[in-house]
Amino acid sequence: MAEQMLAADGRPLKASLNRALRRQKMRALLLIAPLLLFIMLTFIIPIGQMLFRSVENQIVGDTIPRTVDAIAAWEADSGQAPSEEVFVALAKDLMIAVEEKNHTRLGSRLNYETSGISSLFRKSGRSVDDIGEVYADQFIALDPAWEDPATWITLLADPDWITRQAEWNDDGPEPAFELSDTAAEILPKTAEIYADFASVIREVDNDSPVDEEPWNVVYLALHEDLIANPGLQIAGPLAGLLSQTATQAQGFEREDVRAAFEDIDEDWLDVDVWQTIQTYSPAFTSGYFLNAVDLQKTPDGPEWQPENEQIYLTLFWRTLVMSLTITVSCILLGYPVAWMLANLPSRKANLLMILVLLPFWTSLLVRTSAWKVLLQQQGVINDTLVWIGLVTDDNRLALINNATGTIIAMTHILLPFMILPLYSVMKTIPPSYLRAAKSLGATNWTAFWRVYFPQSVPGIGAGSILVFILAIGYYITPEIVGGTKGVFISNRIAYHISTSLNWGLAAALGAILLAVVLILYWAYDRIVGIDNVKLGG
Amino acid sequence: MKFTKTLMATTALTVASTAAIADGHMANEMTIVSWGGAYSASQQAAYHDPYMEMTGVTIINDESSSEAVAKLRAMNEAGNITWDLVDVEAADAIRLCDEGLAMEIDADEILAPGDDGSSASDDFGDMLVSDCFIPQIVFSTTFGYRTDMVPEGVEPPTGACDVFDLETYPGKRALNRNPIANMEWALLCDGVAYEDVYDMLETDEGQAQAFAKLDVIKDETIWWTAGAETPQLLADGEIFMGSTYNGRLFSVIAEQGQPVGMAWEWQMFDLDGWVIPTGLSEERLARVLDYVRFATDTQRLADQAKYISYGPARASSAPLVSTHATLGIDMAPHMPTDPNNAENTFVNNYEWWADYRDDLDAKFQSWLAQ
Repeated sequence: MAEQMLAADGRPLKASLNRALRRQKMRALLLIAPLLLFIMLTFIIPIGQMLFRSVENQIVGDTIPRTVDAIAAWEADSGQAPSEEVFVALAKDLMIAVEEKNHTRLGSRLNYETSGISSLFRKSGRSVDDIGEVYADQFIALDPAWEDPATWITLLADPDWITRQAEWNDDGPEPAFELSDTAAEILPKTAEIYADFASVIREVDNDSPVDEEPWNVVYLALHEDLIANPGLQIAGPLAGLLSQTATQAQGFEREDVRAAFEDIDEDWLDVDVWQTIQTYSPAFTSGYFLNAVDLQKTPDGPEWQPENEQIYLTLFWRTLVMSLTITVSCILLGYPVAWMLANLPSRKANLLMILVLLPFWTSLLVRTSAWKVLLQQQGVINDTLVWIGLVTDDNRLALINNATGTIIAMTHILLPFMILPLYSVMKTIPPSYLRAAKSLGATNWTAFWRVYFPQSVPGIGAGSILVFILAIGYYITPEIVGGTKGVFISNRIAYHISTSLNWGLAAALGAILLAVVLILYWAYDRIVGIDNVKLGG
Repeated sequence: MKFTKTLMATTALTVASTAAIADGHMANEMTIVSWGGAYSASQQAAYHDPYMEMTGVTIINDESSSEAVAKLRAMNEAGNITWDLVDVEAADAIRLCDEGLAMEIDADEILAPGDDGSSASDDFGDMLVSDCFIPQIVFSTTFGYRTDMVPEGVEPPTGACDVFDLETYPGKRALNRNPIANMEWALLCDGVAYEDVYDMLETDEGQAQAFAKLDVIKDETIWWTAGAETPQLLADGEIFMGSTYNGRLFSVIAEQGQPVGMAWEWQMFDLDGWVIPTGLSEERLARVLDYVRFATDTQRLADQAKYISYGPARASSAPLVSTHATLGIDMAPHMPTDPNNAENTFVNNYEWWADYRDDLDAKFQSWLAQ
């Protein structure tokens, strides 16, 4: 066995070397740490969070948890709206959601899937507090004590909490309501909804349950409990009241909650509505991604959207085709300019360089708006064409508010990103190669095509990647000059972020766009090779 | 020694005063969000400037009203409200109120009573369309047209229905890139009675009918997103007629002297006003409430009408509306509420739009993209 090599300080050489390397690595890491941290905080984490929204769907389960539980067993194939039990759960959920002002958000969320649900939730939100009123009236008519908040507190609250609440003197927040264990056992449904009522009263309205008469749905829940358990007994001061109420409640006039919802809006009996709620019950969903490619989520798997609502695939395709067109036009326009820059005497080249860079120093918005003035039908270009006589006055060209406008304006805006890499690559091609080719008898064209052009390809590659990737995510220019036929997928993303507030779909569209760019980059690497891309000498 | 002391003293003073300024600055700023353009200018002149002079509070303008709902929602999720007061249309106010993003207010408590002695809630009356909404102005969305592009021998257009008549009035049009007003006009001009319009729009057939009517002019239409676009397109002669807010057309006609005429028939009335975001600290809220009380009193609302032709939302302000601040012309005939302007008008049904906005927006946007 070979003897272990030792360093000067007596440690094994290997360990010593490792330590030195580790220290070096740590130092390097520390040097980039600020940047890394900055990028993590301002780039990776926010983007990650945004993309997470494309699958997140907790709003349904959070807002209407009882309904989600109750609807699980329902079969859409039956062709019938769900049973009374589901509607009772919905009445309770909706009551809480209305108080917490969540129901319109949930309505908007489900409306992304089935148009009409938003108005359904808003409309129902205005009348849901009437549901259960039949029972409230009957309980109170039976014994006015049921109107008194104190009765409910005595019946349902934990004695400890009652003591603490009584001692509380507006100093700091009121102690959070606690249920008594016996109540939770004997009157499970009442206790459950009352606990929600108490917490909403405390947190949303800043009131105390000891001062507030419960919602009508609490009476409805009490009726449910008494029907389920007619002979219930309870100890304490309310024993008499409760057992008497329990007997009487059996003969109460019943309320058909399903019919009550039908009264509010007959769409509640629509199977589609319930199917949507059921399909979107889970906390995570593929629905946004399906929507982003013109599909919809149904119980039988993905299906195509109705034809008049299919737009995203068209937009993705249009974005790709137009970005490609813009890239090609940039190559055609930029190549000669870059060649001139690289071959002129440096003083003239510098002047030209300033002209190329000038657009960088002007605001993007200003440049795009300038194109508006140039391209519109009464604009400079059309005026000139009419004046020359190429176009008649009543046949002016439509150069703006369509795809043509987007291509023209974006080619101009992205041109420097093509010229600069091309220039820096061409600068490194020795002119002697061309001269050598010609002295060996090549024509100008052959010398260019066989000798010069192949050496400039890395520049074209770098410029194309830059221009194409910038173009694919462009937003402001298509928005201003694109009309309806020249807009990109990014405009649609912006629309969903700022107007329709469908952030989940926006995130899904963004994720797909990101994936497409990465795939194209990978394909480019496989075909051309990323080593062949040069940004400079 | 003495020098060192002086140096230290001045340093300490500078530090202290900088801190004081920074502190005072922080405490005395307010970010108010509005629509920009001629409208923000009128608010600056009528409300902000006098208030800043009176109190020393600095008002920072943010022109994000068109994205107010999205941004307030994002701020609410992030738990960091950077706006103090937001100017929105009534429909957005209802939406923000429903989602708990705007604060509910008691009009009589926080708003000044009218100059004529009426309580704030009487003075604003029906304009208080939501519990969160503090109305400022009545405006209308209506049409302007190029007077020099009217074909010879043809009467100039009078209102919304002429926009669908490509035979009589050829040329490009400009319409708002959202369903509000466009859907109603399409049905009204397709012969649907005024009372039935919203009932029809609830049904698939009604919506299909409206889209079919809009299809007639779809290819000839430029869809705008900012109120300033139509006036610019009119001034450039790019379009024959287009819809926008009446105050924008007023400034094109009266202030810039462009050859543009108003077509008021079936103008759509709408309200604009303030909402206060929920979740402001007590100190900021107190400052905002003080401003709101000042900026919505009878005189201030009447003052705004000196700069832009929108009607004040208070009944008591109407008699105080006088002449334009710089042009000296009488403002009353330029107000959308002037009875001589239009025989038929319709009022945006906020409740209805609050309910159906999401549904119709989605359909309208896919119709546009087809």
